[in-house]
Amino acid sequence: MKKLYGNKLTIFLFLLPALVLFISILIAPIFMSGYVSLFKLQGMNLSTREFVGFDNYRKLFNGGTYDIKVALKNAFLLAGLSVFIQLPLSLALALALGSGRKGERWFLSINFMPVLISAVIIGMLWSKLCNPSYGVMNYILDLLHIERPAGGLLANKNTILGAVFTPVLWQYVGYHMLLMYAGVKSVPPEYREAAMIDGASEAQVNRHIVLPFIKPIIKISVIFAVTGSLKSYDLIAVMIGDTGVYEKAYVPSISMQRYLFKFNQFGLGSAVATMLIVLCFIFALIIGFVFREKED
Amino acid sequence: MAKSESSFRSVRKFGPKELAIYIGLVLWAVINLFPVYWLFTFSLKSNDEILGDNIAGLPRTWLWSNYSTVLALGGKDSELGFFNGGIIPGFVNSAFIAVVTVGLVLIASMMATFALTRLLWKGKKRMNSFFMLGLTIPVHVAIVPLFIILGNLHLKSTYIALIVPYAAFSLAMGILVCTGFMQDIPKELDEAACIDGCGAWGIFFRVIVPLMKPAVATVAIYTLLQCWNEFMFASIFISDARHKTIPVVAQALNGAHDRDYGATGAALVLATFPVLIFYIFFSKKIQDSFIAGAVKG
Repeated sequence: MKKLYGNKLTIFLFLLPALVLFISILIAPIFMSGYVSLFKLQGMNLSTREFVGFDNYRKLFNGGTYDIKVALKNAFLLAGLSVFIQLPLSLALALALGSGRKGERWFLSINFMPVLISAVIIGMLWSKLCNPSYGVMNYILDLLHIERPAGGLLANKNTILGAVFTPVLWQYVGYHMLLMYAGVKSVPPEYREAAMIDGASEAQVNRHIVLPFIKPIIKISVIFAVTGSLKSYDLIAVMIGDTGVYEKAYVPSISMQRYLFKFNQFGLGSAVATMLIVLCFIFALIIGFVFREKED
Repeated sequence: MAKSESSFRSVRKFGPKELAIYIGLVLWAVINLFPVYWLFTFSLKSNDEILGDNIAGLPRTWLWSNYSTVLALGGKDSELGFFNGGIIPGFVNSAFIAVVTVGLVLIASMMATFALTRLLWKGKKRMNSFFMLGLTIPVHVAIVPLFIILGNLHLKSTYIALIVPYAAFSLAMGILVCTGFMQDIPKELDEAACIDGCGAWGIFFRVIVPLMKPAVATVAIYTLLQCWNEFMFASIFISDARHKTIPVVAQALNGAHDRDYGATGAALVLATFPVLIFYIFFSKKIQDSFIAGAVKG
């Protein structure tokens, strides 16, 4: 047995497919993106590269076609909204459904459904709902006695950010709810029962027993929410066009996509990609650290 | 778990607070259901109804012809060149890519997991953490390098251009899920098979793989849905209309076919409802696979 399972060639061959995929598509590109971001390229032709150091990064913040500061600010805002509005909503749903209410499976299944719909389609539906000539949002605005913004919610510089972020935040409420619900359900029933016998209210049980118990899951949700916000692309890409108004709602991935495929500036595009990778790792580490501190 | 539920329900009194919670739950459920309802009714209306007199109600005349309009759209119509071949090829492309990706992910991750949980060597833990990096690496890293490499290899606008990256980015999740299941398979089985004369490969294929069915289902469902809805790679690496996947076809429809809103709606229904119908039948399994993909054990 030992001889069989200790054979170096066998070990190598079993790891080979995964390693080839993983290194060639995930690991090598990190370094390649970082490398390309230090050069000025003509289109995507590597042989024309000209070393410019950190010039691309400087350009991003100063004098690039798009103001990356706006995009970064939007991404951070989205991350903030995600952590402080989306996740609490998910948590409230998970707590309400996880403690044995009638119809909990139905509510759970319905609330999770948006996660399965392609972001492209949600983006298109939302654009239609916001359409200034026939969108349902017009009725809602009229009902609330809010003046319809000129050009529609998605093309007005004052409302575009809110209009773009709403479906992004909405779509994944159900996802985080599901993760947290699974956590709530894994709390041993004896814990709850003991607390209830001691006279604890449901709110107290949630606060002092369930929340500490599901902290690892909340950590995962926070990491996903923040890194997901930094990376967000699909939904926003579908909803916005190419004019100046839309640039107010750019996030880094959109700037990256535009640099790459509208302007063929691969150095600048790679600089945005590299920045995103670094930011995602930094935030994952910070969040891990914050939660570890509290656990002690 | 199920046992405890009844006792709590009896403890809880149905007062105003409960009522408020239920109103909240119902309201949120309605918000989540509305888009699906609206999309479906929208797909059965005429432009007149959509553009003015009946925006959110049930269709007055159920225009099933919107569906035949969409299904009949074909590549020969130059105006709709983007839509080459219609929505059916989009389906076929998406399904083919998803299925091959799932196969690749399953093979690669089960083999790697076998090496990580059963074979005897140093550095297993480190290798495992290395693979788990894949859970946090954003797909953005791959875009520029892959775009350049695929261009040089003349592989842009082929199925490979999507299958390989999809598989690579699903690998970490696959290994995560498979590890949980494979650790639960008793080692005595390996020993028994070994005594019966099986080699490492024989044990893997004849003993381990057949016992991994629950893990296979979990990984397959999760990967399938990820591939089906993926948009960033699909829109960047595929420019040839014949290889476009469903999300890209759907997006192309958005601007280009504005003259007939109902038909656009019908196309969106065709793109969305297969997944939702699948979900109706396998909701628990699908939810479990999303949980397994995020949470260890």
